[in-house]
Amino acid sequence: MADRLTPARVLIYALLAGFAAFYLVPLLVVVLNSVRTAEDIGATSVVGLPRELAFGNFERAWGSYCIARRCEGISPYMWNSFLMVVPATIISTLLGALNGYSLALWRFRGDNWVFGIITLGVFLPEQMKLVPWTLVLRDLGLTNTIAGLVLIHVVQGISFTTLFCRNYYTAIPQELLKAAKIDGAGFFRIFWRIVLPLSPPILIVTVIWQFTHIWNEFLYGVTFTSGAQQPVTAALIALSVSVSEAPQYGVQSAAVLIAALPTLLVYLFGGKYFVRGLTAGAVK
Amino acid sequence: MSALRIARLRKRFGAQEVLKGIDLEIGSGEFLVLVGPSGCGKSTLLNVIAGLEKAGEGTVEIGGRVVNDVAPKDRDIAMVFQSYALYPTMTVRQNITFGMECRRVPRPQQEEALARVARLLQIEALLNRKPSQLSGGQRQRVAMGRALVRDPMLFLFDEPLSNLDAKLRVEMRMEIKQLHRRIGATMVYVTHDQIEAMTMATRIAVMHQGEVQQFADPETIYNRPATLFVARFMGAPPMNTVAARLTGGAEGLAAIIGAGRPDEIRLPVPEELAARAGPFRDREVVLGIRPECIAEADRRFGADARHSVPIEAPVEMTEPTGAETIVLMRLGGEALLGRVSPDIRLPVGAPARFALDTRKLCLFDPATERLIA
Repeated sequence: MADRLTPARVLIYALLAGFAAFYLVPLLVVVLNSVRTAEDIGATSVVGLPRELAFGNFERAWGSYCIARRCEGISPYMWNSFLMVVPATIISTLLGALNGYSLALWRFRGDNWVFGIITLGVFLPEQMKLVPWTLVLRDLGLTNTIAGLVLIHVVQGISFTTLFCRNYYTAIPQELLKAAKIDGAGFFRIFWRIVLPLSPPILIVTVIWQFTHIWNEFLYGVTFTSGAQQPVTAALIALSVSVSEAPQYGVQSAAVLIAALPTLLVYLFGGKYFVRGLTAGAVK
Repeated sequence: MSALRIARLRKRFGAQEVLKGIDLEIGSGEFLVLVGPSGCGKSTLLNVIAGLEKAGEGTVEIGGRVVNDVAPKDRDIAMVFQSYALYPTMTVRQNITFGMECRRVPRPQQEEALARVARLLQIEALLNRKPSQLSGGQRQRVAMGRALVRDPMLFLFDEPLSNLDAKLRVEMRMEIKQLHRRIGATMVYVTHDQIEAMTMATRIAVMHQGEVQQFADPETIYNRPATLFVARFMGAPPMNTVAARLTGGAEGLAAIIGAGRPDEIRLPVPEELAARAGPFRDREVVLGIRPECIAEADRRFGADARHSVPIEAPVEMTEPTGAETIVLMRLGGEALLGRVSPDIRLPVGAPARFALDTRKLCLFDPATERLIA
C-alpha cells in the first residue's frame, strides 16, 4: 500500500500537527520556565524563551525550596508518594486479579451481581466518598497517615482492577480449569500456577493504570493529610501558595516536572504493553 | 467387577432435563464410545462421570465405588479434552508432571512415569517446548501423555480428535485404538463422529435428547439398530428408511415399497425376521435397508440365492467416491441410496438393474420408531 501525499492527506497532517502543537503549549511553557531564572521571568513574562539555561531551579525544587516552612524541597513528598503508590498499586492489582479470577472462572450463584456491585465503584465520584472515608480513617486511627491513603487507594482501586482482570480472564477456556481440577489443583494453586503466569499483559495494564491514577490523585491527598505526610501532588499546591516573596515560577515549573516524571517513565517503559494488553486475548 | 456403572442417572440445567435416566455398565478394559448429535447430553454425561458436573439423581460407580460425592481428583480418572487444555505457560514436561506434583508424587517416580509416557507416545524430543510451539497432532499427544502418566482406572476422552484435520484424525484414531489394546485400560470416549464410534468402540451407547437409544457392540448397533434414530445416525451414507407394507402369503412374509403403485417393489422378509414381524402383517411399517445392501445386478449376497433380489429402478444421481459409487435411485416412489462397484457406469435418468440383499432388512414400528425385527 503506497502512502501517496495527496492534498487531502497534507491537510490532515497539517491539522493534526496544529492540534498537537496547541496541546503541547502548556508543557512547553513549563519546560521553558523550569530553566529560566526568577529575574528573567520577572523582567519579561511567563511566556518567553530563556535568556540563559538555569538548571538551579531543579536543585532548589528538589532539595532546598521552602514548602510550608520546611526547606527541604519536594523530595520528602516524592518519597511519601512512593510509599503510598507502590503498596497501593501492588495490593490493589493482586486483589483485582484474585477477584477477576474467581468471578470469571469460578462461577457461583449471584456472581454477576457481585461483579456489578464491584464495578459500580468505577462510576462513583471521589467527592461523594470524602465524608465516609473521613469517618473510616478516624475510627481506624489512620487520619493524616500514608497508610490511610494506601488503604483508600487499595479499596477504591479494586473496582477498576477487578473489571480489567475479570474481562481478561473470561477469555481463558473453562477446559483449562477442568483439566487442572482433574489433575488435583485447588483454587489457589490454579491461580498461582496457571492463571497468574498468563496474566502479565493485563497486570501491566492494571499496574500502569493504578500507578498513574494513584500518583496523580490530589483530592484525598490534600484532604486527609497535612504537613510532612502529604503526597507530592498536595505539596505542589502548598508550594505555590506558600510563596511570600515574588512568585517563583521557575522553581514551581521544575517541581511540576519532577513530580510528573515517575508516571512519564512508567508510561514510556510500559506503554507498548499497555496498548498490547488492552487488545490482546489471554490464550493464543 | 465393572469398571464403570451408571444407574438411573438424571441431570437438569434449570428447566432443561439433559440426562433422562441413563443406565450403562462396562467391564474392565472396555472401550465405550458415547456417540450422538450435539446437544444429546454425551458431554454432560462425561463431565458427570469426571465429577466436573454434579449428578442430579442416580449413581456413578467407578471400579465398584460410588463416586457421586468424590472430587474429580480422587476419582482415579484422567481426561483428554477437545481443546487439549494444555497449560499454555508450562513446558510439555511440566504439563505432564503437574498432576503428579499436585498429588505430591516423589520426584524420582515422576521422572520415571514421564520417561515411560514420553517413550510410549514418542514425544521425548518435545519435552522442553511450550504448547504454542507444537502442531495440532503433537498437542494431542501431549494431552494424552498427561492422561496416561496417571495410570488411572478410567480414561475419559471428550471429542479429542475433532480439532485435527481429516488425515491426522484417521492416524490418531488408529493410534488411540492401538494404545487401548496395548495398555488394556478402560476408556470412555465421547464423539459425534459415528465412524470413530464404529472403528474404536468395543461398545457404543448412541444418545439422543438425553437418553441412551441403544447400548450394544458396534456390529449390533450397525446391523440391528434399536430405533430409527440409531438407524439414521450410524453409517455414512445412513440407512435408507422408507414406508412399506407387510403382506403375507403362502410363500412367506413380504414387505412392499410403494404398495398399489405400478412400480411397487416386493421384498421377501427372511424367515428369521418373519416370526417377530408377524403381528405387523397387513400393516404399515418402516423398512430399513443399508445402502451397501443395494448393489449392481450381478452381485450375490451370501450362499442362498434367494437373499439377492433383482430390482429395477431409475437412477436419479450418482456420486463416484473412487472406491465405490453412491447411487440415488427411486424405488416404489421412494428415494433410496445404493452403493455399487466403481467400474459400473450408470446413465442418470435411465432405469438400471440392481441386486438387493434382504438378509439385513430392518423393520421398524412407525408409531414407536422401535425395531420390530
